[in-house]
Amino acid sequence: MSPNPQPAVEVSGLVKRYGSKTAVDGLDLVQQPGTVLALLGPNGAGKTTTVEICEGFRSADDGTVRVLGLEPGSESLRPRIGVMPQGGGGYPGIRAEEMLHLVAACAANPLDPKWLIDVLGLGGAARTPYKRLSGGQQQRLSLACALIGRPELVFLDEPTAGMDPQARRLVWDLVGALKGDGVSVLLTTHLMDEAEALADNVVIIDEGKVVAQGSPAELTANRPDDQQLRFRARPGLDTSLLSAALPEGLKVREATRGGYVVEGLIDPQVVSTVTSWCAQQGVLAEELTVAKRSLEDVFLELTGRELRS
Amino acid sequence: MTTFAPGTFTPAPGRGSLPKMLFAHARTEAMLTLRNGEQILLTVIIPLALLVALSLMPVIPMPEPRVGSATARIFALAIISSAFTGQAIALGFDRRYGVLKRLSASALPRWLLVAGRVCGALVVVAIQIALLAVTALILGWKLPLSGLPWMVLLIILGTLTFGALGVLLGGALRAEIVLALANIIWFVLLMVGGVALSVPVGFVHLLPSAALAQALETSVVHGTAPGAGPVAVLVAWGVVAGALATRTTRLT
Repeated sequence: MSPNPQPAVEVSGLVKRYGSKTAVDGLDLVQQPGTVLALLGPNGAGKTTTVEICEGFRSADDGTVRVLGLEPGSESLRPRIGVMPQGGGGYPGIRAEEMLHLVAACAANPLDPKWLIDVLGLGGAARTPYKRLSGGQQQRLSLACALIGRPELVFLDEPTAGMDPQARRLVWDLVGALKGDGVSVLLTTHLMDEAEALADNVVIIDEGKVVAQGSPAELTANRPDDQQLRFRARPGLDTSLLSAALPEGLKVREATRGGYVVEGLIDPQVVSTVTSWCAQQGVLAEELTVAKRSLEDVFLELTGRELRS
Repeated sequence: MTTFAPGTFTPAPGRGSLPKMLFAHARTEAMLTLRNGEQILLTVIIPLALLVALSLMPVIPMPEPRVGSATARIFALAIISSAFTGQAIALGFDRRYGVLKRLSASALPRWLLVAGRVCGALVVVAIQIALLAVTALILGWKLPLSGLPWMVLLIILGTLTFGALGVLLGGALRAEIVLALANIIWFVLLMVGGVALSVPVGFVHLLPSAALAQALETSVVHGTAPGAGPVAVLVAWGVVAGALATRTTRLT
């Protein structure tokens, strides 16, 4: 871990407006060095605007932003950070390996471009012009460009968008390795599993405001009576009978078509009641699980909206 | 699961050396231009064909020595082709593909982003002029050595002025609109902007195209210093275009 106690990123009271629309509305966040922070929120929540202000691409209308203690976009800061903009970036006619070599030439101690190309599975596309790379390949090249200069802090804006499952897994492994080596990572995502798997801290934002923040464990922490039993069965079952059979304080609902949720303190007796009720209905309870809340549940609870629209 | 040896990504940040960054960026810009077939057609093939046509076919009236006058005008056209039209189109599509954003997120200083493009453009212009000059010499052009330093200075000034105009156009509008406008303006300047023909209308002399062609003719044909008028016109267009471009150019 870095001996420097200065936050990697410190944002306070950040405001950004586009015309009459307020994209970021008084946002605060602090990222400790050497940690992974995920900005989680639906499309249009203000994630990219926030990250682009930290990267120096946009100016804030109000509030202060310090990145490694410096002004975003300053010449002294840029060599110390790695940036993966949303949608990548490259000359249309440049070959993948040439683009990475160009960015490597801007760094004092770059990683080996050839090695990085291979690690990211771009070996077969190394001589392909940028405009002919697939979206996922452009994303991987963009990630390589963000990492090549051995930065202290990396901004990854929707790093796995457009990637196949293997590439997505690779990005997760890379983020883990970066953290292990003391690199701070600030990423945006609208995927709960990504935030839960990668982040030390998650900042959930919606309509430009922070609605919750904490570690994934804190955010999804179970109070003893805050558990869920989920199962699948025929859609449209009358749950009022089940409600009546269950102890007081437990709630039953058909959350999605054929997907039932019982919320409250789930004990073995509750599981037994549910399965016998299903037996009485002549249905088989499939995929029966007892689980803690997911970040998606937290988001839904806080905003009343689905995270993935 | 892919595993990485501990320490693989241990931070070691820092900016690369300035000469190395400038060389890498300018080399990339020049290489991409020279690799692009449409750019080669516009910047090399068409000027070469016009040089041969203007020198050998007396259809278009041109002051004697005919080859010398044609050479000066085609040098001007070649500069307009690559520094203005080629640069504008390339910049329009570079913005579309997000490369300016990508590079401005790297350790590359902003001034170097401009300097690299300028050096890349100068390399391309040098190659164009070399090819055209050899062809002109074969066609019978007598290079007055006394005009050589002026010629070099005018080529650099012309590249900077038209480069600034190209950035002004390519840095602000959508790529398709840039493509259309840059080609139309190129054609208009060639035909009535004092490049292929001397147009005796007063305001044409205030166009950068006419000024460059006229100034180059003085040094390429007569081997003397260009008049102050054309040089002032070029400098004025360059300064105004450059000042505007710094305000209007967008990264994406």
